[in-house]
Amino acid sequence: MIDVRNLTRRYGPTVAVDALSFDVRPGVVTGFLGPNGSGKSTTMRLILGLDRPDAGQARIGGRRYRDLAWPLREVGALLEAKAFHPGRSARAHLAALAAGNAIPRARVDEVLDMVGLTGAAGRRAGKFSLGMGQRLGMAAALLGDPAVLMFDEPVNGLDPEGVRWIRNLLKSLAAQGRTVFVSSHLISEMALTAERLVVIGRGRLLADTTVAELSAGAESLEDAFFRLTSDEIEYRGAPS
Amino acid sequence: MTARYGLAQVARMEWIKLRSLRSTWWTLILTAAGTVGIGVAVGLNTPNSGGDITNNALAGVVPGLLLTGVLGVLTMTGEYSSGTIRATLATAPRRPLVLVAKAAVFGAVTLVVGEAAAFIAFFAVGATLRAGVTAPTLGQPGVLRAVAVTGAGFCLIGLLGLGLGAIVRHSAAAVGVLVAGVYVAAQFIGIMAHGVASYMPILIVANSLSTTMPVTCGTDAASCPDFLSAWAGLGVLSLYAVIALTLGGWLLARRDT
Repeated sequence: MIDVRNLTRRYGPTVAVDALSFDVRPGVVTGFLGPNGSGKSTTMRLILGLDRPDAGQARIGGRRYRDLAWPLREVGALLEAKAFHPGRSARAHLAALAAGNAIPRARVDEVLDMVGLTGAAGRRAGKFSLGMGQRLGMAAALLGDPAVLMFDEPVNGLDPEGVRWIRNLLKSLAAQGRTVFVSSHLISEMALTAERLVVIGRGRLLADTTVAELSAGAESLEDAFFRLTSDEIEYRGAPS
Repeated sequence: MTARYGLAQVARMEWIKLRSLRSTWWTLILTAAGTVGIGVAVGLNTPNSGGDITNNALAGVVPGLLLTGVLGVLTMTGEYSSGTIRATLATAPRRPLVLVAKAAVFGAVTLVVGEAAAFIAFFAVGATLRAGVTAPTLGQPGVLRAVAVTGAGFCLIGLLGLGLGAIVRHSAAAVGVLVAGVYVAAQFIGIMAHGVASYMPILIVANSLSTTMPVTCGTDAASCPDFLSAWAGLGVLSLYAVIALTLGGWLLARRDT
């Protein structure tokens, strides 16, 4: 369970996240939708304590991220495709993270196997394709077998097979009772993957609903999304 | 199982990160090889037993230190350029603890390598001196101290680099600051202002740590910088490393990543 309360973050004069409040529940995939630059990535970084909020707070199971006892065992996150050193092997990258939270070494090989990287685990990760990088990020998120998972644009740059793999993985993680929060700007993908939706525009909450509710009365989820965000699409210089 | 992740876990993570990069090992091997090789070359060009042969044997340390300092910088800035910093801080969100663990691991590794390089250089030079030049022994006054504190100099310059990396965050800029601050400024200030020269890191290593006897300037005492003693020099270098790491840790805890 993730709860976000009145979360606010400014970058100079730009308000990237504006008094945002919502809950993400366990057991279902919750999609996080919004136009580019609407503050999705910033919100996720604020939840993980990578950026500091100007006001409000985000809590996971009632605690702030930085107060978690064993962060990777409680929350797994994939924030960007290549968050690993190009000179380090996938196995060493995961082994380091595992050691940091006293996760048994055997779990590294388990998650490598889960994401299909066992054969490439000893190679320098700098040589990985975008899809392999996403798989390594996914392995890192799953490493601590956490009850809460967050993914920022996980299907970006993946081939159709990879997209389907991620979709099924997210659904099965939610079916196991985990909290799964996944951002995307691909509405059709969210229509296939998510059950609940949090929609934001210009850092503000536009809807906290289900896919079924939002699509009701519209031709498609996409039409409903555009109706909802029509006033909010504006290209700004805000960090995404 | 302890209640919460702590220094032991984060240090283990940092040790795996450090040892799993090939560049770490190449840099450390080059550091040691350069230190020994230059020492032997200077030793071979020592014509008689008159000077401070221990100091000559340790002449390779100053270029070797540059590599250690750069490795310190890259150990930190590599996290930012690759994005690993986010994985690191997601694993250990108590940020000062991350820098403490990094400094402990990197400091220990460079201390071991630095001591090995200094002692190997000392003995290699002793074994390769010209006929008629007497090799110093560790039992002579100040010799063991000179070799040992010089080895520690690697660790301290390395930690200074690590701290600068945490402050500056960009590899090229941080390496620039390190080279400019430690090498270029030292040469410049050494010429311009003798009073301050004795506090320049490289001059501390060359004139305070690696000598067995105080540096004397003969008759030209007026323009002679008053160099620090070996222990005072070690203290000043430690202070630089602590300042850089403290400022780096303070910034790390406050900035977005």
